[in-house]
Amino acid sequence: MDLTLTPDQEDLRDGIRRLCEGRFSMARVRGAEVSDGIDPAGWRELEDAGVFALRATDGLGLGVVEAAVVFEALGRALVPGPLVASLLAGGHAAGPVGLAVGRVATHLPGASAVLVVEADRATVVDATALAGTPVQPLVPVDPLTPVSFVDGPWPAGTVIASGATQVARLRAEGTVLTAALLTGIAAAVQDLSVAYVAQREQFGRPVGSFQAVKHLAADMLVRTELARSATYVAAAHLDEALPEPARPVAAAKAVAGDAAIRNSEAAIQAHGGMGFTWEVDAHLYLKRAWVLDQTFGPSHEQALALADLL
Amino acid sequence: MRLGLSESEQELQAGLRSWLGSALPGLPDPPAAEDWAGRRRFDTDWQRRLFDAGYAGISWPRAYGGREASPGEQLVFLEEMARNRAPNIGVNFVGQLHAGPTLMAEASEEQKALHLPAILRGDHVWCQGFSEPAAGSDLASLRCRATRDGDEYVITGQKIWSSFAQVADFAEVLVRTDADAPKHKGISWLIVPMQTPGIDVRPIRTASGSSEFSEVFFDEVRVPVTNRVGAENDGWRVAMVTFAFERGTAFVGEVVEAMRLLADIVALAKQSGAWADDGTRAEIGRLAALFDALWALTKRNVSEAAHTGMVGPGGSVLKLQLAEAAQDLADVGRRVLGPAGLAIDVVGGPGGLDGRHVMSERLRSLGLSIGGGTSQIQRNVIAERLLGLPKEPPWTSR
Repeated sequence: MDLTLTPDQEDLRDGIRRLCEGRFSMARVRGAEVSDGIDPAGWRELEDAGVFALRATDGLGLGVVEAAVVFEALGRALVPGPLVASLLAGGHAAGPVGLAVGRVATHLPGASAVLVVEADRATVVDATALAGTPVQPLVPVDPLTPVSFVDGPWPAGTVIASGATQVARLRAEGTVLTAALLTGIAAAVQDLSVAYVAQREQFGRPVGSFQAVKHLAADMLVRTELARSATYVAAAHLDEALPEPARPVAAAKAVAGDAAIRNSEAAIQAHGGMGFTWEVDAHLYLKRAWVLDQTFGPSHEQALALADLL
Repeated sequence: MRLGLSESEQELQAGLRSWLGSALPGLPDPPAAEDWAGRRRFDTDWQRRLFDAGYAGISWPRAYGGREASPGEQLVFLEEMARNRAPNIGVNFVGQLHAGPTLMAEASEEQKALHLPAILRGDHVWCQGFSEPAAGSDLASLRCRATRDGDEYVITGQKIWSSFAQVADFAEVLVRTDADAPKHKGISWLIVPMQTPGIDVRPIRTASGSSEFSEVFFDEVRVPVTNRVGAENDGWRVAMVTFAFERGTAFVGEVVEAMRLLADIVALAKQSGAWADDGTRAEIGRLAALFDALWALTKRNVSEAAHTGMVGPGGSVLKLQLAEAAQDLADVGRRVLGPAGLAIDVVGGPGGLDGRHVMSERLRSLGLSIGGGTSQIQRNVIAERLLGLPKEPPWTSR
């Protein structure tokens, strides 16, 4: 048993972090609002770095742990675009792949294909095939994640998972990678808040010296570390094909969703009045956390699913 | 990253399981909570059996008779012990986990030879005299004083929250040896035999009704200067050195037991019909996820310690979240019990529910966010040491 990252895994994490710092500044991330939540040049760089071929046996052939390490870094940088579905659909579509579960699709418009996850199969449907399907774009709560309602049956696509077992496996991996993105968000808003309260002065001293504010920050770190721990364990569980993966996967998603949402809310609080502005980034993390919390089932559904296993 | 056990961890697990399989069935029933002589005998007998089987001092270096297990092996050991419901460390707690490691690091060879083997075999029970009525979170403000008189120290003052003092042979005591020095610089660490004249132990009745803690009064208690460990006035550093021995395993038993309590509460909820309620199931599912995350964090802490020798940031994080989660969990249990939770001495409340265990945990959990550093202090530690936020300026006057 060893839950530390190997030197290779650390290098991978650091490499993706550098890529994100260089290519996905918050100004750049915000810029994706005018291009349907995708930064085309940045997306190509992610593709070139092999982000969506991490798991493909004809790609990098790495494990879920490595993918989780990468996705945590992507979540931390609030990288826009349908990251999880594009990895899950890796090789079956060119360009960004949106996600549809039930009638709700994310990244339509914007994506070149959609991963449609149903109870007993998952298919990759090309966006051009949707010409005859009523897609109703909505005003999204996260300005960087387009949302649509899709009416009528999905057109045929490439089946990438067939039968309940394969779909469960696909969902498990997507759920863990979503938990990794959420962990990245929890960590990012923690850093944002600590930097702010350490320099913001009131009553002649940094507000971060007050215990009431400190404790807000300490609770953020607690939630981030728990989310990261649960996510690593769930990822390793899948990689090592240990029995009964449903429980660690649900636990990771429940804890990480809670961590990202509560930390983002705490970040808005820690920034005081500025936290309630569009200018400060905290709200963008919170809105992304809401989107990702819904992805493959929100925290309270994960909790109920976990209870059913007890 | 690897979740599965290593070969040596598997070997330890298999050997321990097999030994517990033969050792546990023959154990007498545990004594009543207030039978302190019986509890001392039960706990020290068990320690002796661990010693004879080669499982005593799992974390102690071989040089002092321990097993010198890796942090991962220590985790496996503690997990197996808890899962198999082996007796917990009980009255051996301070000797095994605090005084012993401090002696290893700081004591003279004579002091080590006198005390370490006796702790390991379960011959000597230790207690701690650190906290005082006016020195809790601010431990370094302690006032119990020791003055030199020839080759003796004369100790006068009061300690509190000393676990198992009523059955202890020795105490590790922090005393003020220089009242004029800054508060951290005038403290010494002494070994005090509990039979020395002038010591008065008065058990405290806790809110849960138990009496494991005591107040200890010292009235001109004389101990030889050779009982000092470390230099005079260097006791604060000596007391803190024990934390360097922590390998992330401090709360393994607590986490495993909380998961067992959760299973008990699920069973009660299914029996009572409370399980049909979505709110109850969602809350229990949330807590199960949280305990799984705490267990995952424990494994990360232990793994980190195996690489670096230090627990890293995880220790305070674990303590803080564990206390809150355990309180929340026990309170779900109380709600599941309903009126059956109003009495703590009966088997089978309404519907045949036996809530004694749950209610005793509900009461015990009240102390988890206080003992060993309050949750507020843990948050200060996390914010200042891990996040680098500035200290609050000292209070001066109104």
